[in-house]
Amino acid sequence: MNDMALTATAPAAAAETTLKMTARDVRVFYGEFEAIKGVSIDVSKEDVTAFIGPSGCGKSTFLRCLNRMNDTVAAARVTGDIRLDGQDIYSPEMDVVQLRARVGMVFQKPNPFPKSIYENVAYGPRIHGLARSKADMDVVVEKSLRRAGLWDEVKDRLGDSGTALSGGQQQRLCIARAIAVNPEVILMDEPASALDPIATAKIEELIDDLRGRYAIVIVTHNMQQAARVSQKTAFFHLGTLVEYGDTREIFTNPKETRTKDYITGRYG
Amino acid sequence: MSVGLALAMLLLLGGGGYLLGRQRGVAFVASEGTSVGAVHSRPGYHGAFVAILALLPAAALLVAWALLGEGLIAREVLAGLPAGAVGPSELDREAFLSEVRGLVRGDYAAAFNPNAEAAAAAWKVAARRYGLVFGLGALALGAVGALWGWSRLTPQFRARTRVERMTMILLVVASLVAILTTFGIVASLVFESFRFFQMVSPVEFLFGTQWSPQTAIRADQVGSSGAFGAVPLFWGTVFIGAIIAMVVAIPLGLMTAIYLTQYAAPEFRKVAKPVLEVLAGVPTVVYGFFAALTVAPAVRDFAISIGISNASSESALAAGLVMGVMIIPFVSSMADDALTAVPRSMRDGSLAMGATPSETIRRVLIPAALPGIVGGVLLAVSRAIGETMIVVMAAGLAANLTLNPFDSVTTVTAQIVALLTGDQEFDSAKTLSAFALGLVLFLVTLALNIYALAVVKKYREAYD
Repeated sequence: MNDMALTATAPAAAAETTLKMTARDVRVFYGEFEAIKGVSIDVSKEDVTAFIGPSGCGKSTFLRCLNRMNDTVAAARVTGDIRLDGQDIYSPEMDVVQLRARVGMVFQKPNPFPKSIYENVAYGPRIHGLARSKADMDVVVEKSLRRAGLWDEVKDRLGDSGTALSGGQQQRLCIARAIAVNPEVILMDEPASALDPIATAKIEELIDDLRGRYAIVIVTHNMQQAARVSQKTAFFHLGTLVEYGDTREIFTNPKETRTKDYITGRYG
Repeated sequence: MSVGLALAMLLLLGGGGYLLGRQRGVAFVASEGTSVGAVHSRPGYHGAFVAILALLPAAALLVAWALLGEGLIAREVLAGLPAGAVGPSELDREAFLSEVRGLVRGDYAAAFNPNAEAAAAAWKVAARRYGLVFGLGALALGAVGALWGWSRLTPQFRARTRVERMTMILLVVASLVAILTTFGIVASLVFESFRFFQMVSPVEFLFGTQWSPQTAIRADQVGSSGAFGAVPLFWGTVFIGAIIAMVVAIPLGLMTAIYLTQYAAPEFRKVAKPVLEVLAGVPTVVYGFFAALTVAPAVRDFAISIGISNASSESALAAGLVMGVMIIPFVSSMADDALTAVPRSMRDGSLAMGATPSETIRRVLIPAALPGIVGGVLLAVSRAIGETMIVVMAAGLAANLTLNPFDSVTTVTAQIVALLTGDQEFDSAKTLSAFALGLVLFLVTLALNIYALAVVKKYREAYD
């Protein structure tokens, strides 16, 4: 592991084996407005990477570039170079359906489909044809729910509607849903911001459990959360990446004054 | 007294009252100052309060005059006639009075009844006198109301509260008019249907399969005994409105909505949606002659070309197809609303799983929007079975109980039109059966509407 702090302009190459995603000079435009102004960053396989920064700093927008969810916003235009395992995800050869199967996403507000718990988890595997039989599917569903720490709570009512669960359970269901297609990267867009403290703690525990199996990128405006769950932290401000490095380093010894001001609560 | 004069008088009372009250309000402000609470209501409310108190009693009296005036005058004129001038029956009296009225208006130059001329003169005198009494009465009443209201004004008088309350009462009365009218219509339907069911048993009407409403006018007439089994009509209605029309409208409407909400560029949607809504505003008679003159012959030619030799030029298929086209904007607009109401996060969630847009639509959006779509379809069915013009022009009047879409069928609405147009005796079973049909149609569409709205409402709550 390279512990050196990376900066926006000259990201140091992490060791070849741990690199999962790389971004170079990424810019996002909403019409005339430039929301992301040239961000370069590396995401490693083993770590949880946290994006922090004040509201409107572009951290969610940047996250949505990583699985091309910005494609669904008609006015958004993305330039620059983003690679998954060295493969350009914005190139014409890249199939967006496969990309999103490899780079899963969990949203800010839990958004289970109005289907049963079982069907919510089985949704992705069905679409991608990952299970050959009902028995296969049962295995996938159980495994995903277990990994999301939800199995014991719902195993007797898999037929109930996913929307009938509590907020925290719904969010873990969404994580199980994302896990079910066996992604390589999971993007989480403020996954706990709509939850109460106890449900939040469970999600954070879950993120820690999932670390190592999946590369995880989490956007949060809660700095304590970033400090608790992540190994790498990137601080965004006004569409630029101000500072990126080891979480401990960023929170104890930030190089940039803007980072220091933010984490000490001067603004944001 | 003429309507114009009455209105001018009301305007005068209202305007005068308003100015008086407002002036007093202005005076209050001048003496008490402009700080909040010094004077409870703004001068305009004082004015409105006095104006309302002036207008209401005067208007009430004028309305009473409009309703009762003629009767009062007629009674006086009749009482003033020499004995035996008019026949004893109600009919004689009505005839005489209508002649007198004609003379008064100047419609007739001379009258048949020798007493009419004198009566007309008496009518004019009485009308002038009553008009004067009621007019002055209204004016006086208005003035009293205005004065009373004016005398109640003080700086702390809550004119605003009262004006607001009266505004609310006015709005309630306005909405009651529509509701009461509906009840009136239902009551008349029920009443006439009841008369019909005294002649024809409800069981025969609801379950009989023979519809031939010609009844004998003379006792010796042949072949018109009258049969009132409405099943062929109900079937025709369902066949055209709920089956053929929906086979056209549901897929096309749904696909339109899906395209507009999910695929279309915002610029295209901005143009296409209003255009569809304009389509919904085309008068149905236009669709009717399109059905009768263009579609029906084409359907018949097609039927003959595939070997159905007895195809009728009026067919269930022609009417149903055109009705389906007419309903498309309705279905698509309801489906559009239902699809738009599905939260964006649902769509994003599915896309982020690697689902394609069409998988997302089939597996997430449509299931989520289904209650709303079903509700919309039910409303569309209820509109289609109540639709009249197209079926009158294109479906024909033959009450056939048939599954053949190339055959001519008839619907409840088309039969109602046929039964009530032209000269009819009003107490025959034939005419009255129209009311029974109308009642059935009303009850069915009412039930459909209530159920559909309940479905739509429940669904809305789920996502709010």
